[in-house]
Amino acid sequence: MNADETPRLNRRHLLGLEDCSREEIRLILDTADSFKEVIERPIRKVPALRGKNIVNLFFEPSTRTRLSFEIAEKQLSADTLNFTASASSVVKGETLRDTARNIEAMKVDCVVVRHSASGAPLFLSQCLERAVVVNAGDGAHEHPTQGLLDLLTIRDHMGRIEGLRVAIMGDITHSRVARSNIWGLRTMGASLVVCGPPTLIPPDLEATGVEVTHRLEEAIDGADVIYALRIQLERQQGGLFPSLREYARLFGITPERMAHAKPEAIVMHPGPINRGVELDSAVADGSRSVILDQVTNGIAIRMAVLYLLNGGGEREDA
Amino acid sequence: MTASRSILDEKGVSRTLTRMAHEIVERNRGTEQLALVGIRRRGDQLAKRLAAMIREFEGTEVPVGALDINLYRDDFQVRAAQPVVRRSEITFEVEGRIIVLIDDVLFTGRTIRAALDELNDFGRARRIQLGVLINRDGRELPIQADYTGEYVATVPEETVVVLVREIDGEDGVSVERKPT
Repeated sequence: MNADETPRLNRRHLLGLEDCSREEIRLILDTADSFKEVIERPIRKVPALRGKNIVNLFFEPSTRTRLSFEIAEKQLSADTLNFTASASSVVKGETLRDTARNIEAMKVDCVVVRHSASGAPLFLSQCLERAVVVNAGDGAHEHPTQGLLDLLTIRDHMGRIEGLRVAIMGDITHSRVARSNIWGLRTMGASLVVCGPPTLIPPDLEATGVEVTHRLEEAIDGADVIYALRIQLERQQGGLFPSLREYARLFGITPERMAHAKPEAIVMHPGPINRGVELDSAVADGSRSVILDQVTNGIAIRMAVLYLLNGGGEREDA
Repeated sequence: MTASRSILDEKGVSRTLTRMAHEIVERNRGTEQLALVGIRRRGDQLAKRLAAMIREFEGTEVPVGALDINLYRDDFQVRAAQPVVRRSEITFEVEGRIIVLIDDVLFTGRTIRAALDELNDFGRARRIQLGVLINRDGRELPIQADYTGEYVATVPEETVVVLVREIDGEDGVSVERKPT
């Protein structure tokens, strides 16, 4: 009808931000912005996905991501089912392919999947003929909805993304959050600096145009956004840094270190925080922290992604 | 080739809205508890103009809201492209009010059905009325307008194009026949 009603997602699944265009990301952020109004209503429910079945397939423990997706699904009036690895056939040795076939046979419309293996959502999407796949975190690969909610939070607070300097601190190697953020921020025109112990930074990262430093002050200096990653204690058996105490001393973000930052700089963290390790409590709960906004924006982003992927008839790429 | 006939020009739109503004106040015996809610993207602009006119001749402020009905559509599953979802903005209490829904064109009635559902999620209005700039045949639901700017006889192949200066840079209404 009107020419201004044409933007759309040109994809069936959301597996990562690596191949998302600037226009697609902008459409998701703008749509999420509208959903933020829905979350504020007396009745926080719209009928947009009425009659759609969504399965949350979690092969790895997660509380907030699963909750956030579930709230988003319910507010869109979708029917949701939860499937967690320990309670499922996985313990009986069912393969992912068999799980996918069963999902298809049950006429599920959309699968939200978290898996410890990188690429599991991609594999699942190749097995499914009809259902839409949303990656809720796969191994050390990507966590696209986290990347998107971070982009939305940055845009909310800074008014733009392009031209900002974003510093990401911590374990880059094992972090899917870092990967999604790096892809998304690069596409949206931010400049990036990462900081952490050399053992936790992929060796070829500089080749992609990301600045690398091992001194925290250097990263914080001039940054508009300071993003602390969670030190994933469960992935640190290999002795990649000597001790948590040493990590906190060299890379922990404290009020003293924040003195190097721009006065308007914001502090972000994907949660859950190891207080006193990567982030001092005074910073996490301080006036620059936007950590709880990230959580609220997570619902709006997931509503937008589910709405955009589950709506409409034919797509150009279908 | 697209054939086009003009229904209202800039002056015509202004005169029509002025009459509708008076009718709304007359029918409701004033502006007590009255609120206008426009349907995006052109109805909300018309609602703002009606409120400005009422302010002028009545000296009272009528609150104006906006609805984006895309999340309430019933053709969501069959449309090829997703429309851009914009914010709904209802900043006043809906409970107990007289709400006049404003849209540019009343055609199938499905947009109004969606708007009624959405409005209900904001609260229970005492009464809901409907005002449209253009009323054309083709209803698919039992819905009718309380205030009509202009009735236009059309055939199904025709499209009513409403331009408002806030979005399109000019005011005007025309009927276009799509090439088949």
